[in-house]
Amino acid sequence: MSAHARVDTVKHAEVTPEAPQPWAELGLKEDEYARIREILGRRPTGAELAMYSVMWSEHCSYKSSKVHLAQFGEKAPATDALLVGIGENAGVVDIGQGYAVTFKVESHNHPSYIEPYQGAATGIGGIVRDILAMGARPVAVMDPLRFGAADHPDTRRVLPGVVAGIGGYGNCLGLPNIGGEVVFDPCYQGNPLVNALCVGVMRHEDIHLAKASGTGNRVILYGARTGGDGIGGVSVLASETFDDAGKPAKRPAVQVGDPFQEKLLIECTLEIFAEKLVAGIQDLGGAGLSCATSELASAGSGGMRIDLDAVPLRDSSLSPEEILMSESQERMCAVVAPENVERFLAVCAKWDVIATVIGAVTDGDRLEIHWRGEQIVDVPPRTVAHEGPVYRRPFARPAWQDALQADDPAGLPRPADGDELRDHVLAVASSPNQASKSWITDQYDRYVLGNTVLSQPEDSGMIRVDATTNLGVAIATDGNGRYAKLDPYTGAQLALAESYRNVAATGARPLAVTDCLNFGSPEDPAVMWQFAEATRGLADACQVLGTPVTGGNVSLYNQTGDAAIHPTPVVGVLGVIDDVTRRTPMAFATEGQLLHLLGDTADELGGSAWAQVVHGHLGGLPPRVDLERERLLAEILLAASRDGMIDAAHDLSDGGLVQAVVESCLKGGHGARLVVPDGLTPFTFLFSESAGRALVAVPRSEEVRFTDMCAARGLPTARVGVVTGEAVEVQGQFTLGLGELRAAVDATLPALFG
Amino acid sequence: MTTRVGVVTFPGSLDDGDARRAVKLAGAEPVALWHGDKDLHQVDAVILPGGFSYGDYLRCGAIARFSPVMETIIEGARAGLPVLGICNGFQVLCESHLLPGALTRNDHLHFICRDQRLRVESTATAWTRAFADGQEITVPLKNGEGGYVADERTLDELEAEGRVVFRYLDANPNGSRRDIAGITNPQGNVVGLMPHPEHAVESLTGPGTDGLGFFTSVVGVVGELVAR
Repeated sequence: MSAHARVDTVKHAEVTPEAPQPWAELGLKEDEYARIREILGRRPTGAELAMYSVMWSEHCSYKSSKVHLAQFGEKAPATDALLVGIGENAGVVDIGQGYAVTFKVESHNHPSYIEPYQGAATGIGGIVRDILAMGARPVAVMDPLRFGAADHPDTRRVLPGVVAGIGGYGNCLGLPNIGGEVVFDPCYQGNPLVNALCVGVMRHEDIHLAKASGTGNRVILYGARTGGDGIGGVSVLASETFDDAGKPAKRPAVQVGDPFQEKLLIECTLEIFAEKLVAGIQDLGGAGLSCATSELASAGSGGMRIDLDAVPLRDSSLSPEEILMSESQERMCAVVAPENVERFLAVCAKWDVIATVIGAVTDGDRLEIHWRGEQIVDVPPRTVAHEGPVYRRPFARPAWQDALQADDPAGLPRPADGDELRDHVLAVASSPNQASKSWITDQYDRYVLGNTVLSQPEDSGMIRVDATTNLGVAIATDGNGRYAKLDPYTGAQLALAESYRNVAATGARPLAVTDCLNFGSPEDPAVMWQFAEATRGLADACQVLGTPVTGGNVSLYNQTGDAAIHPTPVVGVLGVIDDVTRRTPMAFATEGQLLHLLGDTADELGGSAWAQVVHGHLGGLPPRVDLERERLLAEILLAASRDGMIDAAHDLSDGGLVQAVVESCLKGGHGARLVVPDGLTPFTFLFSESAGRALVAVPRSEEVRFTDMCAARGLPTARVGVVTGEAVEVQGQFTLGLGELRAAVDATLPALFG
Repeated sequence: MTTRVGVVTFPGSLDDGDARRAVKLAGAEPVALWHGDKDLHQVDAVILPGGFSYGDYLRCGAIARFSPVMETIIEGARAGLPVLGICNGFQVLCESHLLPGALTRNDHLHFICRDQRLRVESTATAWTRAFADGQEITVPLKNGEGGYVADERTLDELEAEGRVVFRYLDANPNGSRRDIAGITNPQGNVVGLMPHPEHAVESLTGPGTDGLGFFTSVVGVVGELVAR
């Protein structure tokens, strides 16, 4: 019997209503399957079932998170900066001078645990295509990463693979990696978080949207051939379901990346944009062709007809279902007017990119797919792409939350004298979370494209957008899972506050937000409560800070058995700086400059690095959030940068003030002498993680002007030290030489992974 | 007359834009050259930029060496055309046998990106005349396969003829024999090195401006040739 005869056509489905179908194996629930039958008025064909199953998966449909994510729109602050909001491939922000910037963070968590190198590599590839599909030239990437315990044997498997994958793909693509995060915590042991952020730049008039309009316009698939990799990656497919005799029984669920192909795809696509050859465009990522065709068709005005036989294949044994579900990388789908097709194909040929007309926009309202002369899909595209199930999952504050919050760190033994304080400072600074990340970031190219103004370990990455005017953008990502575990609402706000502060610390004005919400299973009411609280917290805070969420991603099921990860909302903030030459770096580079602590310091150690490193403790409440204070602090940092009043700034977060001092001293190669201000104990002064604070280095000649400005605007400041010598010295307490500090801070990661 | 410096774009070239920027900052006119086009468009010098030409899925530079544009460049280089190969470009020059030896995987097996101190060992090349002998410069280094190797006789020859142009200072970043970071051909018109001078032409975006000397050197060389 030939494969041809086995194809499940629309006609066949109509006459075999009772044929058993593998909906459960494809991850669909019984009522979801029933709804598909109701939509179609018959049972779905195998190909239709495949499409619905991937598009209605949690990953693609946001079915558990949608009701909560709606707040980002409902509570969005009024802003002129947003040119394209949530719902497109990525949001687009106006940064002035006719430029627009698009940016987005996404997760590639599950694939990166199974196959760290390819999982992380294709995470970069996917987010880069999202940015490209908006019409922008990708200009930088960042990677917020979370791993299990640094000394766990499996972390030695996962981390080097992830880092090599990010480097292997990103370096070969020619995008500078300008920052990110690396955090270790046992809660991520079986569920590492590999998030990837990309930022792209375009002119206002070049924004492209994913839609298929204009009857007769051609649908062109271009880029890599379609293979058997990543099939059902989004819906966790048991691939035996589609097995034909003689086929490989299992197809790999993790995609395999080819950065060279992606580099060609970028250059080719940008040339296509420049010649104005596309009417609509969409990248192929999760759910592959199923996603691209149904989303393009449902966003346009007509229907779409696709001839699946035309799709260039790497493996001729693929079934139509597999072709529709394949997540083969480095592919894009464009809608092109007939008169532009020839030129489009010529540009692709110039870049050695395979391009094939696979269909056309019709005047109907159906997505129709044909295979070997027979129709195998006939669906209303919106029902696939946008009208998936929506769940209001039950949520409940977990019973253990009260006990966790009651476990206050105030009861933990604190250092008794200067020597012990010194030991704790060294222990925190050299702990895996605080130690130098150079072993990782030195594997990434930060120079390519020649516009990197700031990169890791600076507070934010900064890219020059226009070499004539010096316009630039800054981006930071933050997310403290420990804070969010103690209080998800506050934790999410703290993530935003820190990221916002980091952008402002470098001299850029925060404009907009992207988020990657990493949580456990939505079927657990406790996790769902964390999710509901975190989204509510983030939406509320965005409203106050005037920074809308422009897009992002939700990653659920980061859970092994009953053990979920800490709720980890990773928040990326984009800022604009009119003149990148006025940037504020973090390094203490000039002897004699005065150190000022901005903001209020309270005794806040819940979820702190000190509690984690010294006592292995997580309990109490996270630091308090004062968003109005964050806003004021940012204004001060911006004004001081613009008017040349400060030479360095560093935000205070994990590890407190002393950690910031250590980092700025090591970066600049100068020591600091600190004096404990009245009213604070040395311990609180050094280790408290109160939010809304920053440390700045002020030239002596500017001190009066600077403190006058702070006083006039109501921001508390205290002179806490001076840049001097070759040690971090806390007067009356201890002295810690930079040599000893540097040796300890630099040795940690190489000792674990080198 | 402005010096015209061609910068080749192979599929997978990444630092071609940076090289063109550096040429411009040095006061010359950058000319984009395409791998599939044999025509060098009357350029006075050529840069083979960094990147991963053709993905470098075979040996680095092994495919690029056979591209149409390389035919003309190899011919020109033999006739004295100044050619600079940076990183992947250095690998292409070795594969083309315009320079001896080969670049192998870094001894620590990782890609490495860092600000690298170098000593300029020879100013008798078209690309290093603007430096002082023994001058120490800092330019970014970024590669996965930067370990320079050649047989002992070739290495001795390079040393004896003063053809080692750059040496790594501080720690050797990739296991290169005799700390060699860059070399030249006997005529001094072809230079290859692993570090990236085009990323050190503005203090805003690089560790300094030490890289500019490469590009001003060639402007001077070409100027003299024209004057003669």
